[in-house]
Amino acid sequence: MRKTYGDAYAEDLRFVARRVVGEENFIDMTPNRSNNYCCGGGGGALQAGYTEGRRHFGKLKTDQILATGAAYCIAPCHNCHSQIHDLSEHFKGGWHTVHLWTLICLSLGCLGENERAYLGPDLAEVGL
Amino acid sequence: MSTQPIKLGKQRKSLFKDKVMQLLPDGGNLNACLTCGACASGCPATGLAGMDPRKFLRMASMGLDEEILKTEWVWNCTLCWRCLYVCPMKIDIPQLVYHARKSWPRDERPKGIRASCDMALKHETCSAMGASEEDFRFVVEDVLEEARANQPGWENLEAPINKSGAMYFLNQNSREPVTEPDEMVPLWKILHTVGADWTYATKGWGAENYCMFLADDENWERIVRIKAKAVDDLGCKYWVNTE
Ligand code: SF4
Ligand code: SF4
Repeated sequence: MRKTYGDAYAEDLRFVARRVVGEENFIDMTPNRSNNYCCGGGGGALQAGYTEGRRHFGKLKTDQILATGAAYCIAPCHNCHSQIHDLSEHFKGGWHTVHLWTLICLSLGCLGENERAYLGPDLAEVGL
Repeated sequence: MSTQPIKLGKQRKSLFKDKVMQLLPDGGNLNACLTCGACASGCPATGLAGMDPRKFLRMASMGLDEEILKTEWVWNCTLCWRCLYVCPMKIDIPQLVYHARKSWPRDERPKGIRASCDMALKHETCSAMGASEEDFRFVVEDVLEEARANQPGWENLEAPINKSGAMYFLNQNSREPVTEPDEMVPLWKILHTVGADWTYATKGWGAENYCMFLADDENWERIVRIKAKAVDDLGCKYWVNTE
């Protein structure tokens, strides 16, 4: 968002996120929008081989997520998803990392049985 | 932030920074730094390899070309633009980093990124995981057939491939068809629900482009051209890339 369409475009996705999880379940991280920090999965970092550095980079994102107390983190792209998922495991953050498409289909009541790899046990059976 | 002092020898010329400035609009403002530190304080890569964005820029200004063209920090930085966004002088540090990446001999750049770039050049699919046109078609058709057969209400689900004149040309990250194909189905369901007129293509379907991260301009462009041609060949109006 910061590099392309900007905050106005981010607002559309944030709207979708709020609608699918419900206003009361949406917890913002700080800072957010274009002031947010990169998770550390981009720019080729996941492939670059500097694993320790990549996780050190992601510590900032880890602390941001933990400060929300949220059980799920929605990731916008594949690099973010892989990195944030790895950060949760590595730093024992305990959160689940999901793609937006998973939550959209879950909220529409059409998420299939085999499409739930990233949901935690609390949501794994919902709407089946 | 790093507290290591930087030792300067006799006056050196900043050849690298000057070269990059010639390539960027307004020289990327690379000479306008106030040394305020806003970039470094919000950069998640600060401290890695003893470097931070302000220090990187200052070293470039002081002509310490050898040091900044050698530091592996350029691969720790994700080119995320946080520094540029908060900089009061709009200094394009990410471009400086990118050009430092580019100055590395190709075969000394990180093996993993290079392998993903090379793999994408193998097929016209542009898949960094090396999936071929046939692989992709097989997986999509197989997963679609299973979803239609096993998920009540989705008997008419579609995942068109090479549909001429579709409104949207959709790229797909290789990770799904190659390692977790079921993850494609929710996306198809959403597109179906909103009635989108879309298509995948056998050529140029791979969403990722590691040649860009590798700072391999020539192959970065080559991949973008293959994909753009695939969109044009099908006569699609919009190219949707999810990466
Ligand atoms: S934020 Fe901009 S002006 Fe401030 S130190 Fe960084 S590059 Fe220089
Ligand atoms: S682009 Fe690089 S230097 Fe700038 S904030 Fe992001 S990681 Fe740091």
